[in-house]
Amino acid sequence: MNGVHDMGGMDGFGKVEPEPNEPMFHTEWEARVLAMVRAMGAAGAFNIDTLRFYREALPPHVYLSSSYYKKWLLGLEDLLIDKGFIAAEDVAAGHAVQPPKPLKRGKFRLDDVERIMVRGKFGRVASAPAKFKPGDRVRAKNIHPVTHTRLPRYVRGHFGVVERDHGCHVFPDSAAMESGENPQWLYTVVFDGAELWGPDADPTVKISIDAFEPYLEAA
Amino acid sequence: MSDHDHDHSELSETELRVRALETILTEKGYVEPAALDAIIQAYETKIGPHNGAQVVARAWTDPAFKEALLDDATKAVSTLGHVSRVGDHLVAVENTPRRHNMVVCTLCSCYPWEMLGLPPVWYKAAPYRSRAVKDPRGVLADFGVSLPKETEIRVWDSTAETRFLVLPMRPEGTEGWSEQQLAELVTRDSMIGTGFPKTPGAPS
Repeated sequence: MNGVHDMGGMDGFGKVEPEPNEPMFHTEWEARVLAMVRAMGAAGAFNIDTLRFYREALPPHVYLSSSYYKKWLLGLEDLLIDKGFIAAEDVAAGHAVQPPKPLKRGKFRLDDVERIMVRGKFGRVASAPAKFKPGDRVRAKNIHPVTHTRLPRYVRGHFGVVERDHGCHVFPDSAAMESGENPQWLYTVVFDGAELWGPDADPTVKISIDAFEPYLEAA
Repeated sequence: MSDHDHDHSELSETELRVRALETILTEKGYVEPAALDAIIQAYETKIGPHNGAQVVARAWTDPAFKEALLDDATKAVSTLGHVSRVGDHLVAVENTPRRHNMVVCTLCSCYPWEMLGLPPVWYKAAPYRSRAVKDPRGVLADFGVSLPKETEIRVWDSTAETRFLVLPMRPEGTEGWSEQQLAELVTRDSMIGTGFPKTPGAPS
């Protein structure tokens, strides 16, 4: 979706302000939100792409004015309600009033913590040969899906060069909609600054994205 | 920090909402509160930039490891038993006198957690995500970093599950240093590409 989360190239957000000696969490609730998100994901309530889509789908003014973990909280609540794991009545009451819905991998327990400290595996067996190889010139398709995609707006329609082939991976556009992993080839594609930002761009800058094969066409 | 709730009343409201959600999830039997405590403790103790710093220091002292790291970072890091376990699809990119690498996630906050810990607020906030791909030199200036004007800047937008770790250049004047001494020079920002390692003798 063409949401405000797709920020690459936008102006007006001001300077980057690093915080010296930044703590891992600024409040205790941030840590609880992180833990709930990780636990419910590991228990099988959602996949990472669906979760990202729910954050992106927050109203633009909410997305832009909420802190990072506030967005996580709001996205998590919306997702759990939509998927039937919690009910609006539960949230209104502040405790469980509706019966639970079974989780794909069952209750998240202490024994499960160790396994979530390593990232999931997204590589999959390919069902078709790769269409592109390093060195190929490609164009990022001019597409505007209204659902989740990982093709940022700032590269759409632009020409780049395939630099690396990462193999076949879970396709977020499909996984986010819970319509299967639909594995696709994944490539690092490099763009010249001037191709993306025009002739006044800094000539020393190159930008790459990791692009799934359905995002690309031969050029 | 503009991206943060510092307003007390809003904070309290959010806090109540978070507690309510945890109560609901617990009462429904979805999560054990002790497991949530353990997740937080694991994040606070097991991950962090010290992991990445060990990898960088090893690459600075062991050419074979460096080659393996640049070839397949997940595989290379997994051979270092003392460093955090690492997931698939880690890619290490090398800074050279000719090329500087910088990592961003314009769409959300993708970041090599196992190597660097949880990302700082600025990495997840709009100013960095919007400008890193369009004006990387301007962003570096916000960090007080400047590069020679002929140095190529390569910005890696983490748009998939690939995670990028910048291998910074080894500071001069560190000949003969041990891996442990070198690791202490490696900063988090130098592994994101928004800073340099500390230099010997400079105040930290």
